[in-house]
Amino acid sequence: MSVTAFLTDSTLCIGCKACEVACKEWNGVGEDGLDWSGFSYDNTGSVGASTWRHVKFVEQTPEPGFGGNAPEMNSWAFSSDVCKHCENAGCLEACPTGSIVRTEFGGVYVQPDICNGCGYCVVSCPFGVVERNEQDGRAFKCTFCYDRQKVGLVPACAKACPTESIQFGEIGALRRKAEERLAELRGRGMRDATVYDPVDTSVGGSHAMFIVRGDPRTYNLPPKPEVPTIYLKKAWASSAIAAALLLGGTLVAFLADGQRNGR
Amino acid sequence: MSDAKARVVPVGRVPDSSAEQRLLEIRHEAERRGEVKAIGIRPSGAPFPQASPETGYYGIPLLKQPSWTWEVPLYFFTGGAAGAAAVMGAIADYTGADRKLVRDARWIAAAGAVISPALLVADLGRPARFLNMLRVFKPQSPMSVGVWTLLGFSGAAAATAFAGFLAERYGPSLPLRIVENAGQAASLAFGLPFSNYTGVLIGATTIPVWNQNVGELPIHFAASGVGAAVGLLELMGNDRSRALQALGMGAALFECLEGLRSESSDHSHLDPLKHGLSGLMVRTGGVLSGPVPFLLRAASLLGDKQRSHEFRRWAAMASVAGSLVTRFAWVQAGHASARQWREPLGIAQGEKPELGE
Repeated sequence: MSVTAFLTDSTLCIGCKACEVACKEWNGVGEDGLDWSGFSYDNTGSVGASTWRHVKFVEQTPEPGFGGNAPEMNSWAFSSDVCKHCENAGCLEACPTGSIVRTEFGGVYVQPDICNGCGYCVVSCPFGVVERNEQDGRAFKCTFCYDRQKVGLVPACAKACPTESIQFGEIGALRRKAEERLAELRGRGMRDATVYDPVDTSVGGSHAMFIVRGDPRTYNLPPKPEVPTIYLKKAWASSAIAAALLLGGTLVAFLADGQRNGR
Repeated sequence: MSDAKARVVPVGRVPDSSAEQRLLEIRHEAERRGEVKAIGIRPSGAPFPQASPETGYYGIPLLKQPSWTWEVPLYFFTGGAAGAAAVMGAIADYTGADRKLVRDARWIAAAGAVISPALLVADLGRPARFLNMLRVFKPQSPMSVGVWTLLGFSGAAAATAFAGFLAERYGPSLPLRIVENAGQAASLAFGLPFSNYTGVLIGATTIPVWNQNVGELPIHFAASGVGAAVGLLELMGNDRSRALQALGMGAALFECLEGLRSESSDHSHLDPLKHGLSGLMVRTGGVLSGPVPFLLRAASLLGDKQRSHEFRRWAAMASVAGSLVTRFAWVQAGHASARQWREPLGIAQGEKPELGE
């Protein structure tokens, strides 16, 4: 038993969606709509209640020369998105039933037999991952294949990935691997490659790291994700002021009124 | 066979001279250069939007919209009004104010104490599992703190009103007086946070328009609750109370300041408070709970008795309606804010079209 993580390397992803299929089959996740998005080969859009792995199709015109791209050719990058399993998880902190827990592998897990569908985790996730399934009523997201990890197996998506774009392992080893891979990619001329792992924010790093090329924002990866508990101090201070104003104001109003009436 | 051939009708373009000219141009270019540098035909919808630091991921919003339905903003309204009414009722009792006012305030609190939990349960995806909320107490979760506050408040406010009712109906007795007084003290203690914690609830989230206003939301929501409670008490016939008039004035003044604050700033994260459906709702709620009751109450202080009575009635109705609209408006603004894909990615407003919305 060790603390584990995903490392999703978009430079190896071929966009085959084996991870999406494997995730849905292993976890019994329902279909997520058959609509055409009309803007790329990505017809899913984002992770959600019934999409726990999601392959992004990032089409863009790169600067010439990076990694041998011809100047007039569009680059076409793929990246398999997933729950980040944050070190400081907004959903976990917000959950009022204790349904969302941290597993022994470091993942963030929604216990389906506890969740009552209050929806507070949905507005507490800085990555827009967890979502309420309106047919079912409960909130769902990637389980980090807790059931498979329990018996020593790798998560379904990582096992099905044919190019090892999705790597799984002990988090420290994987972080080192990410740095090595980054050095390798930069050595090959892909100077725009970066590792996305928000360790310097209030989220405190994640158990799902990504290697992407270019600005991570083109992959809908926020530069400064914040866990909403950082707002609590200000919020409760304001609540205390509001309560004091209410109590003081009401006292003054009724006392003054009483005096005027000669009581 | 010949039958089938006869039925073939040519479809498509009618040849014309400019089209023929174009085909010759292509041929000449190919002869001259050995290749054709034309783009061909653009398929409908092209050029396809590309992911870039200006458009993010095709402008698809990162954040999810709240899954809450109408029960939640209505709960914000009933909870705010009930909490403020409980505080007023208790203080009015302690300062020896009019008995009718105390009784009415307790009934508003008790009504809120019954309706609020019902609304909260109804909004759950699995209402039968409401009790799972009581497995834990998590200080870091405003939802958990709020549920426990609601529970304490509901019990206390309902007990106070019921004991008061029994005492009036069947005559006072010691046990009833103990329940009434203890209940009143508890509903004062729980009513203070209960009237404004919903501001903490939505403030401490990842929705930009909510967390950017986290320092103001609880005060704003408390003022809104006071406006609603004063309005309801006045509509129940307590429209001669100077204390209520003063509280109504104070709440309306706070709401005026709140409106000024958001209107005088041009931060893009405040856009949902000013534009679109949510902007219209926020502004409507703001005008109804701020300037309108403030001016009507000011007018009621000046006019003759009959007119002043009328003005206060209208002010009361405006405050109640304003509070109700304000709660729905803030939830609506949360939806609009979650759709603002630029905010969480830190992308400045530019010329690029809003895609994927």
